[in-house]
Amino acid sequence: MELTTVWFLAIAGLWIGYFVLEGFDFGVGMLLRVLGRHEPERRAVITTIGPVWDGNEVWLIVAGGATFAAFPEWYATLFSGFYLPLFAILVSLILRGVALEYRGKRDDLAWRGRMDTLITIGSVVPAFLWGLTFANLVRGVPLDASYEYVGNLGDLLSPFALLGAVAFTAVFVAHGAIFLALRTTDDLRHRANRLASRAGLAAAVLVVAFLWWAQAIRGDTGSVIVAVAAVVAFAGGLLANRVRREGWAFIGTALAVGLAVTSLFAAMFPAVMPSTLDPGSTLTTVDAASTPYTLKILTIIAAIFLPLVLLYQGWTYWVFRKRVTVEPVSVA
Amino acid sequence: MDTLDLARWQFAVTTVYHFFFVPVTISLVAITAGLQTAWYRTGKEKYLRLTKFYGKLFLINIAMGVVTGIVQEFQFGMNWSDYSRFVGDVFGAPLALEGLLAFFLESTFIGLWIFGWDRLPRRVHLACIWMVVLGTQLSAYFILAANSWMQNPVGFRYNAERGRAELTDLWAVLTNKVVLVTYPHTIFAAFMVGGAFVAGVAIWHLVRRPDVDREVFRTALKLGAVIVIASGAGVAISGDQQGKVMTEVQPMKMAAAEALYETEKPASFSAFTVGTLDGSREIYSLKVPYLLSFLATGHFDGEVQGINSLQEAYEQLYGPGSYKPNIPLTYWTFRLMIGVGMASAAIALWLLWATRRGRDPNRWWIWLAIPLPLLPLAANCFGWIFTETGRQPWLVFGLLPTASGVSPGTTSGEVITSLAGFTVLYGVLAVVEVKLMFRTIRGGLAGTDAASGHDSPDDAPEQKPLSFAY
Ligand code: HDD
Ligand code: HEM
Ligand code: HEM
Repeated sequence: MELTTVWFLAIAGLWIGYFVLEGFDFGVGMLLRVLGRHEPERRAVITTIGPVWDGNEVWLIVAGGATFAAFPEWYATLFSGFYLPLFAILVSLILRGVALEYRGKRDDLAWRGRMDTLITIGSVVPAFLWGLTFANLVRGVPLDASYEYVGNLGDLLSPFALLGAVAFTAVFVAHGAIFLALRTTDDLRHRANRLASRAGLAAAVLVVAFLWWAQAIRGDTGSVIVAVAAVVAFAGGLLANRVRREGWAFIGTALAVGLAVTSLFAAMFPAVMPSTLDPGSTLTTVDAASTPYTLKILTIIAAIFLPLVLLYQGWTYWVFRKRVTVEPVSVA
Repeated sequence: MDTLDLARWQFAVTTVYHFFFVPVTISLVAITAGLQTAWYRTGKEKYLRLTKFYGKLFLINIAMGVVTGIVQEFQFGMNWSDYSRFVGDVFGAPLALEGLLAFFLESTFIGLWIFGWDRLPRRVHLACIWMVVLGTQLSAYFILAANSWMQNPVGFRYNAERGRAELTDLWAVLTNKVVLVTYPHTIFAAFMVGGAFVAGVAIWHLVRRPDVDREVFRTALKLGAVIVIASGAGVAISGDQQGKVMTEVQPMKMAAAEALYETEKPASFSAFTVGTLDGSREIYSLKVPYLLSFLATGHFDGEVQGINSLQEAYEQLYGPGSYKPNIPLTYWTFRLMIGVGMASAAIALWLLWATRRGRDPNRWWIWLAIPLPLLPLAANCFGWIFTETGRQPWLVFGLLPTASGVSPGTTSGEVITSLAGFTVLYGVLAVVEVKLMFRTIRGGLAGTDAASGHDSPDDAPEQKPLSFAY
């Protein structure tokens, strides 16, 4: 296989890792005030992601860094072209990260309430905007012959992109609710389970519509098969959730997120940024790539260290595998 | 202001802000790990209490370091897309290495450390914080290797057809002689901040609550002071080496650091100057003979090239234009770095002497508690502003002028939005952070002994550690 293809797959893999993992973090954040009716419950909700959310976010940082290293042209065009959405994502991730870490540092309900609001906002906004961004990646954006983005903010807000944004958000809500059902006990667990069923239905409709449309814009047989598999996995996850098999349900939605993102990347390939202006100014893996020497070195490094990362991140989930119970807390 | 100036301002604001937290993280995590090791080895409770106390302050700090770091990475693509296209092949590799090797390590093991207090065996839990230390060191090394490549590009070839630099030797980039001196200097400088922070907090407690936990905070005060002094020596030695490397690879920066217009042999170092620094007229200047020669070349009578002759040489090499950085800025930031940073080492020395053999601080010392850590922190900022503005007008020295790196398609409206947005957000967060720090510091050692930190004694063991954090 060409090294450029290997790195296209690697970067797709990093984004998949990011959305599968931070996807449920976002969902949990969005549901914090919905499922957590009072402080002890909210604390339990937060605790389910407490030890892992930061590690999950690093998937994004590495996806960005790897794109910079392996496809500088892609990194440059994508990040400068999607300027304002990315700025908004950054602001929300900052607020969310700080709120998650600072929430418990004061025994004060008003403080914690404010932090909870920030966590919710900081989870909804990036989920929505990543959906917008990825939908636009598939749809294509106006690029000139030097791969420079020449559109404006309005070009990013097509109905298709907005559908993508809503679909991402809804899927993460369902994914997060199922994660919560898996990680909590008693009443909280049951409510999460029920919410997952209801939200899951809405998400399923949106996902089918979005993936359908995406494949219609830029799909081939391979990507369509993956998209169908994503829908099947999602349906399977929801069914497992109905019969209270939470482990299977989570595997289902995790697979669904992973496959859905895969189908988007598969539809694009070999383009990384299709141009809506002139097919000739579409940016492809080969146009965007670094030299073979750099790609070779990156391959060696990734082959050694990525498995190691998976190993110790997996170990973290194992260490904290016990369900979180709602504990009475004494705060002012 | 055009997009270029705005983008530069944004980079300066966000990077300097990121670097308020970075030195504290780098040093405080290592100090915390050291304290926890002391507890593990000796079983003395005071070390456990200090571990938990400073560990909590470390967590408050690193949260900010992490969130401001993401902005740094995105910013290269957002504001400096042509720069990213030019350097990606070379510069991207250390950045990707940093993410893969350092950030994953840091963020994962920090989660394990925070939540693992009672859930992991003691040895394993201790190992977790050392993994975080390793992560911060790797992170610093890789990002500094990237920055050093911008100061002194090595291990690459220029591809004229694609108009970009291409990596030919990663090892050369990772062992750039600039990073070999920059890394120790930056780490020592970070430890000056961390040591001063530990000592400053201890002073506050010893003065305000002399009868509460006196012994524990005396230990902390001495530990902090010793760290400041030892790293102060390290900073001076590595800084001296850096001066020599800099004279070799960026002679203009050294000339600008002294505002030395004409080549001199031997050259003297001016501690400060009253006047205009534009080479025309000096009203008063306090000079130390031979010092600049020594700093730049290692010989007391070495020749130091002046700005004017370097300007001529560069015009021959790169074509017409000005190759001078902002001279007053480099001149003063260089002096302030040394002066302000070394002042903190002097204070630490005095503190150690004044607390010898059980002597207690008096109430006037409270005035030292806050300035003590702020001095080396300010020195860090001055040092970086010197380093980065002294590189101007180059973004990558000798290869890419700063003006050619900015994103061509990005509008000034967009940059104004993000610059204003980040500035306001960072301002608010600074207030929140500092308040939380003070509140935690005032809380003192309450709740840090072996038994506390849990809501009720009959918690299931697997629930206990969670209360440490959330
Ligand atoms: C506590 C902070 C601190 C203190 C006391 C010093 N420095 Fe420093 N210095 C830094 C913190 C710092 C820094 C912020 O960490 C820099 C910025 C870039 C770097 O590598 O380190 C720096 C840069 C820096 C550079 C520029 C390197 C370059 O641009 O390539 C030189 C030549 C020195 N230092 C030399 C010294 C000398 C001779 C010192 C005196 C004894 C000294 N520094 C004290
Ligand atoms: C962490 C400490 C650092 C600080 C405090 C710092 C500070 C600054 C400042 C003040 C500027 C503005 C210079 C000017 O406008 O004249 C700047 C520019 C810049 N720095 Fe740094 N810097 C740091 C580290 C780095 C590192 C590690 C890198 C690379 C990895 C880097 C890359 C850049 C770039 C790309 C610019 C923009 C171009 C320019 O205006 O020169 N900086 N930095
Ligand atoms: C301008 C270039 C820089 C970029 C692109 C950058 C990027 C980042 C990112 C993305 C993070 C978050 C990591 C996480 O989520 O765990 C981070 C944190 C960190 N960075 Fe930077 N950084 C820069 C400058 C520096 C410098 C110069 C140093 C050290 C000398 C440094 C040291 C650290 C450390 C130790 C952390 C860990 C958390 C903390 O800062 O408190 N960074 N950085």
